[in-house]
Amino acid sequence: MSDAPAAEATLPDAARPRLLRGVRVKHDAVRGMDVLLAPERALKLDPIGAAILAEVDGTRSFAEIVARLAARYNAPAEQISGDARTFLVSLIERRMAEAA
Amino acid sequence: MTEQSRPDTARAVAVHPPMAMLAELTHRCALSCPYCSNPLEMTRRDTELSAADWAEIFAQAAEIGVLQLHLSGGEPASRRDLEEIVASAHAADLYTNLITSGIGLTEKRLDALEAAGLDHVQLSLQGVDAEMADRIGGYRGGFERKMAVAGWIGARGIPLTLNAVMHKLNLDRLPETIELALAMGARRLEVATVQFHGWAARNRAALMPTRAQAREASRIVREARARLRGRLVIDYVTADHHADYPKPCMGGWGSTGLNVLPDGRVMPCHAAHTIPGLDFERAPGRHLGEIWREGAAFNAFRGFDWMQEPCRSCDRKGIDFGGCRCQAMAIAGDPAATDPVCVKSPLHARLAAEAEADAAAEGAELTYRTNPA
Repeated sequence: MSDAPAAEATLPDAARPRLLRGVRVKHDAVRGMDVLLAPERALKLDPIGAAILAEVDGTRSFAEIVARLAARYNAPAEQISGDARTFLVSLIERRMAEAA
Repeated sequence: MTEQSRPDTARAVAVHPPMAMLAELTHRCALSCPYCSNPLEMTRRDTELSAADWAEIFAQAAEIGVLQLHLSGGEPASRRDLEEIVASAHAADLYTNLITSGIGLTEKRLDALEAAGLDHVQLSLQGVDAEMADRIGGYRGGFERKMAVAGWIGARGIPLTLNAVMHKLNLDRLPETIELALAMGARRLEVATVQFHGWAARNRAALMPTRAQAREASRIVREARARLRGRLVIDYVTADHHADYPKPCMGGWGSTGLNVLPDGRVMPCHAAHTIPGLDFERAPGRHLGEIWREGAAFNAFRGFDWMQEPCRSCDRKGIDFGGCRCQAMAIAGDPAATDPVCVKSPLHARLAAEAEADAAAEGAELTYRTNPA
C-alpha cells in the first residue's frame, strides 16, 4: 500500500529499552488489570506485557531482560526473546518506547 | 495488549467504565477559528466551575475508571488557575493532557504546569505560516507565539502532539504540516479534517475540501506513516462527507468517553447539545458515575435498540454504530436516523451533492466564532 520503503524499528540484544517520558504503567483498579498510559492512548496489558515492562528500566539490556524473564518464569529464552522483542518493537514504532 | 480505544462490539446495553473525559474548562479563547467545536451558544464566564469543583469531578472520574483526561476549552490557559486544576488532576492519578492553542502559555507557566504533573500537550495548528494561521485563527501574531510555545515545550521535553485542523484552504499544504511536526519534535500528529458541526457548519462553502483534496490527503498520510514509522505517529480524521461509511462517533454513544462543559453539564459528546430533548445533568453535584450509568442522555443512544433501518439489520452496526447522532440530527432531522454520510442512507446522495457544491465554491467569507460573555 505504501509508496515509500518502510522504516524498520529494531531492538538488538545489547540495546537498552526504556519507556519514553509520558508513558507509564498503571494498575487500573476499576477494570482489574494493568494498563499502559501514553499520549492519547491507553493499552490494556496482558500479564506477559506487564511482566516485560516490569523489567524495562532503561539500564538493562534487552538480553538481560530476556534472561531475567526466562529465570523468573522458567521458560525458554528463545520464546521469551521473540515475544518481548515483538512487543517492545511495537511500542518503539508507536513512539512509546525507545532503545539506546 | 490490544488497543482499548474501542469498546466491545458484541455487547448488550451493558455499561462499561468510561476511558476518557474531555473537560471544557472555559469557552473563552483568544482565537476565533471558524470551525470551533464549542457550542454556538457558549457558557458564560460567571457560570464556570471553580478549581475545587473540577478537583471533585476528577476524583469522581478516576473512581469510575476514567484513565485519560483532556483539558480543553476554549483555551484552557485562559484560566489563571489552570496550574491548580492540573495539580488536582494529577492528584487523582489521571493521565493529564492539555489541549491548547498555546496562547496564554509562558515559560513560567509551562514550568508550573510541568511541576503540577502535566503529562502531555496537544498543540493546535491552524496553518503552516503566519498568513494562513492568523487568518484562520482570526488573531494576528498567534502563529509566531505558537511557534515560540512549541519551542518551550520541546526544550522541556514535554511529550507533544500537533493537532492540525485541515480543510479546503490548507489541505494542499499537508506535506509541510508533516515537516513542521517533525521540526517541532512532536511524537504524534493528528491530521484532523474539519467535521461539519456547529461553527464549521456555518462555513461549509469556505472550508469543505474537494474530493480530490481528500483523496490526496489520504495518500500522503499513508506514505508518511510508512516513511516515518518510529519517528512520528499520525492519526487521521478523514473528510467524512466524501466517504462511503460514517465515523464511529465516540466509539459508540456512552461507551467510551464523556464531555463536561465549563458549567459542569455532562454530555456524551461535545455536540450532543444540538440534539433536542436531551437533558444534561450537572457534576459534581450529581456524581459523575450516576450520570454515566443512569443519565437519560447517556442511555438515549446506548447499545443498538434505538436503531432504525437500515442500521438495525446492518452488519456494520458494531463498527460504526450508525455514525454520528449529531450529524443525523443536523441533516436528517432525526437523531436516531442513519448518519447521511453512509451510502445506505436515503439522504446520502443529497449530502454528497451538497459537499461537492460547497467544495467547488470559491472565495467564501469566513464566519468566525464569537467569545462568551
